[in-house]
Amino acid sequence: MATPISPNVERENYLNKHYGVGSWLLTTDHKRIALLYLLSITFFFFIGGFFALLIRLELLTPASDLVQVDTYNKLFTQHGQVMVFFFLIPSIPAVLGNFLIPLMVGAKDLAFPKINLLSWYLYIIGGVMMVHCMLTGGVDSGWTFYVPLSTSFLNTKVVEAGLAIFVAGFSSILTGLNFIVTIHRMRAPGMTWMRLPLFVWAHYATSIIQILGTPVVAITLVLVVAERSLHLGIFDPKLGGDPLLFQHLFWFYSHPAVYIMILPSMGVVTEIIACFSRKRIFGYSFVAMSSIAIAVFGFLVWAHHMFVAGISVYAALIFSLLSYAVAVPSAVKVFNWTATLYKGSIHYDAPMLYAFGFLGLFTVGGLTGLFLSALGVDMHVHDTYFVIAHFHYIMVGGALMGYLGGMHFWWPKISGKLYPEGWARLAALIVFIGFNLTFFPQFILGYLGMPRRYADYSHMPEFQILNVFSTAGATVLGVGYLLPMIYFLWSMRYGKPAPDNPWNAAGLEWQTQSPPTTFNFDEEPVVTWEAYNYDEIDKGHKEVPQVVG
Amino acid sequence: MAGNVDALFIFLLIVTGMMTLLVFCAIVYFAARYRYRKGVPAEQIEGSIPLELTWTIIPFGVFMVIFAWGAVVYFQGRTPPRDSTEVYVVAKQWMWKLEHAEGQREINELHVPVGRDVKLIMTSQDVIHSFFVPAFRIKQDVVPGRYTVAWFRATKPGTYHLFCTQYCGTQHSGMIGSVVVMEPAQYQAWMSGGSGGPLSATGEKIFAELGCATCHRSDTQGRGPNLQGLFGRPVQLEDGRMVNADENYLRESILDPGSKIVRGFKPVMPTFQGLVSEEQLGALVAYVKSLSQSGPAGPKSAAAAPESAPGKGNQVQ
Amino acid sequence: MAAHTHHHNPALLHHFSTEEQQRNSASFGMWIFLATEVMFFGGLFCAYLIYRHWYFGDFGAASTSINAKLGGANTAVLICSSLTVVLAIWAAQTSRRALMIGMLVLTMLFGLTFLGIKGIEYADKFHEQHVPGASFSFEHVPIPSHPDQYANPRHAEIFFALYFIMTGLHALHMIIGLGIFSWLLWAAWKGRFTPEYHTPLEIGGLYWHFVDIVWIYLFPLLYLIDRHK
Repeated sequence: MATPISPNVERENYLNKHYGVGSWLLTTDHKRIALLYLLSITFFFFIGGFFALLIRLELLTPASDLVQVDTYNKLFTQHGQVMVFFFLIPSIPAVLGNFLIPLMVGAKDLAFPKINLLSWYLYIIGGVMMVHCMLTGGVDSGWTFYVPLSTSFLNTKVVEAGLAIFVAGFSSILTGLNFIVTIHRMRAPGMTWMRLPLFVWAHYATSIIQILGTPVVAITLVLVVAERSLHLGIFDPKLGGDPLLFQHLFWFYSHPAVYIMILPSMGVVTEIIACFSRKRIFGYSFVAMSSIAIAVFGFLVWAHHMFVAGISVYAALIFSLLSYAVAVPSAVKVFNWTATLYKGSIHYDAPMLYAFGFLGLFTVGGLTGLFLSALGVDMHVHDTYFVIAHFHYIMVGGALMGYLGGMHFWWPKISGKLYPEGWARLAALIVFIGFNLTFFPQFILGYLGMPRRYADYSHMPEFQILNVFSTAGATVLGVGYLLPMIYFLWSMRYGKPAPDNPWNAAGLEWQTQSPPTTFNFDEEPVVTWEAYNYDEIDKGHKEVPQVVG
Repeated sequence: MAGNVDALFIFLLIVTGMMTLLVFCAIVYFAARYRYRKGVPAEQIEGSIPLELTWTIIPFGVFMVIFAWGAVVYFQGRTPPRDSTEVYVVAKQWMWKLEHAEGQREINELHVPVGRDVKLIMTSQDVIHSFFVPAFRIKQDVVPGRYTVAWFRATKPGTYHLFCTQYCGTQHSGMIGSVVVMEPAQYQAWMSGGSGGPLSATGEKIFAELGCATCHRSDTQGRGPNLQGLFGRPVQLEDGRMVNADENYLRESILDPGSKIVRGFKPVMPTFQGLVSEEQLGALVAYVKSLSQSGPAGPKSAAAAPESAPGKGNQVQ
Repeated sequence: MAAHTHHHNPALLHHFSTEEQQRNSASFGMWIFLATEVMFFGGLFCAYLIYRHWYFGDFGAASTSINAKLGGANTAVLICSSLTVVLAIWAAQTSRRALMIGMLVLTMLFGLTFLGIKGIEYADKFHEQHVPGASFSFEHVPIPSHPDQYANPRHAEIFFALYFIMTGLHALHMIIGLGIFSWLLWAAWKGRFTPEYHTPLEIGGLYWHFVDIVWIYLFPLLYLIDRHK
């Protein structure tokens, strides 16, 4: 139901309503804040990606000949910290979530617009601290900050990195808080819980994890900083402390954190699959409940990162069992997405290609989680490249592909322009191929025994050939990521103006103009239809309400 | 042991391979078969509870099988057999120091005879390391402040990589060694190539030098408990707790004697924290263990029990 | 839903449809924030409880050495301050401006008293050399349940590290609370609060009650366990 547009008259929208740096830096419009986040996280993606490139280049040869060993240790540490805390965790929630949730629930903004802006500033402050840390020496503790190495043995900027992440963590907490209150309290009349897009459900589950988990890593970092600065003995065994206590506290957040990274992406993929199959998602309530189940169970499995750390056998058994429990809802979702394709009417636009990529890569990544949860196998592959491959399949093959798919899907809404479809499909393909080439060999490397975080593997030259494949893949992958950045930018100036609903998609966000006005809806929508009412949309059903905005 | 790990791994490959194939084929087939065709609308299907239950329960069942198999393999891997040869390992940035119970000392190399069970009793002098021998499919973090245990039985002679696999600082990737598995005869020859006598004898010397024998006499008159037959037995503490006298208990008793007072004794033992090196501690532990090996193990001996956390009373580990 | 045709409270923010929605959202938001604070302190409580269990005797000795009278006084002070907060809100609900302002001032005075007493405690600890670090000393302090045994100074140092971090973090929240209440006082003075609208008072009050409750947990856990004098 595309609203006809006149290409000669640019309508007032959130982008052109006010001009000037001040109007951006002091905005409380969730859509502008989303774009502020988009710029910032893309900046950090470049930094993290640059570190990854150096890592892969170093690993082309067994010897540590590109950079010094100390530098390599900083590279993988900072790659991890930047990618986890400054790219992946904010990415979809802070960009797409911020932009879309008010639209999707039929509200004018999030519940707390000023807190939304504050969350961006906290992110920026944390980011500046991180960049400063990296420029003035860097940190080489590993993103996991294990003690007593980080508290008592390193000479690098552990404190500054820890504090940077501490600050950025509050950004995450405030975003989650905002989403929960918005979803509970600001839904338009008629927008019941079971009519919400599953993207919203996914973010609701994510927000629960953000608010309950992040504070724990915050206090853990405070303890690390305190121990390091004041020579306390909380984690130092020489002073009576317990290094494993740190691991428990750290992983209590950092495991649920991975669900913060994947759940939003699952939400994106759900929207895309429904739209491009022209069907309601199969098993809507099961998918919604699975998101919540993942959030809840995700809090119960943290010590599966510690199976060989020295925990008791009985603790290991419990955590392994629970880890299999948390795998079930993810599997249920994969089956539901697949079933949605059945008897659909499937279009292969770029967002859908990213969704297909997600389905494939997330499935592989998730299934390799079954290997790691098996105690007997984890004994062998823990702390090897097998683990690296596993989490990159999920975080890059899963979360990042979902993010890119979502950026393509909603780009017309966000920017009012269309991206070039041909290039987008090509980029999706390049990313998929490059990704597999980069990370599949790492499963093999891990099983063969190549440990993580090794700058130099000259004692094991037999590992080189797989590393070469991996690096080759990484260059392809890099090209695949650069392409969207280029053509999205290009489209802002030269792209075709987008119709209000180029995909004929369901969802209140598509009932507004592209790009939306500052307050989204002129009149509060009243929802009388179910989610994903594609049958009504495709039949050109006249009763489908059009909310002009 | 390695075979068991591989068997499970292959089982996992098959199961996950089948699941992947199933899902991929379905996706590819549906994507092609239900491609957009003009005039052919999508069919709105709400869902199917029987299907949801099926694809929840069956995977869960499969996962439970995997879990159980993994648990069995893990349990075996963390339970050293009773009469394993023992090697004390002290990891430090960035090398492995190993000391056989028979007395040989090695750096970054571990010689073992083929076909023997070898138990590693490990600790770190500084940060957390991890003892990883891919060929044997064993891995165990080596933690400062406590002992962790691993064991293996090599089945083929040869030289195998030993890696540190818990990031430990600058030369983490240089903390590499090898395990040299020898035929029994060769190993005997290597062993007799000089050592300072068994580790327990070294421990006995230290025991005397530090004056431990003053209080820990071999009768009941001492101010400290009799250590004969102590290792591997349950110990009643004066606050009522029962703990197992394993390696960690012995270590803690030397470094932090106040934390566990044996019932019937006074808290008068001084701490030896800072007065003994990790190597000396290992020797002392080996000596006290040797005091339990002359006779049959007691009825409640738990020598083959899984390694417990440093005697903090089976807490959060 | 038609646009409002009647004059509405200028405090109603544009993105909310009704004052009730705004009030409920503010309240709900504060409850969620308090949940995050529970998790924040929770990590510390977790570490504390674990070490208290492992080093029961040593922690008992350390507990006994901190001043339970001052801690108890602080508990009373905070409970009173929660009462004054509640009274301030009631005063706002019933248009009692003077009482509202008086209660807010009293709350802040209680808060300052709390911090003052805390300061005295910290100074005492400093003089007794119980502050973790180079000058820490805890020699020959008997364990309460086994007076013939001395506490392990290293374990006691862990107690004090956690004591300072936990009470310090709590005090920081207290200071932030005082900042919040300064603003509330100013807003109350300016006449911003009416029986129809006093949401900032309510959510500020929630925050203050939370800080109070954290102390009510801290006090017995830090001061009273295994205390024999």
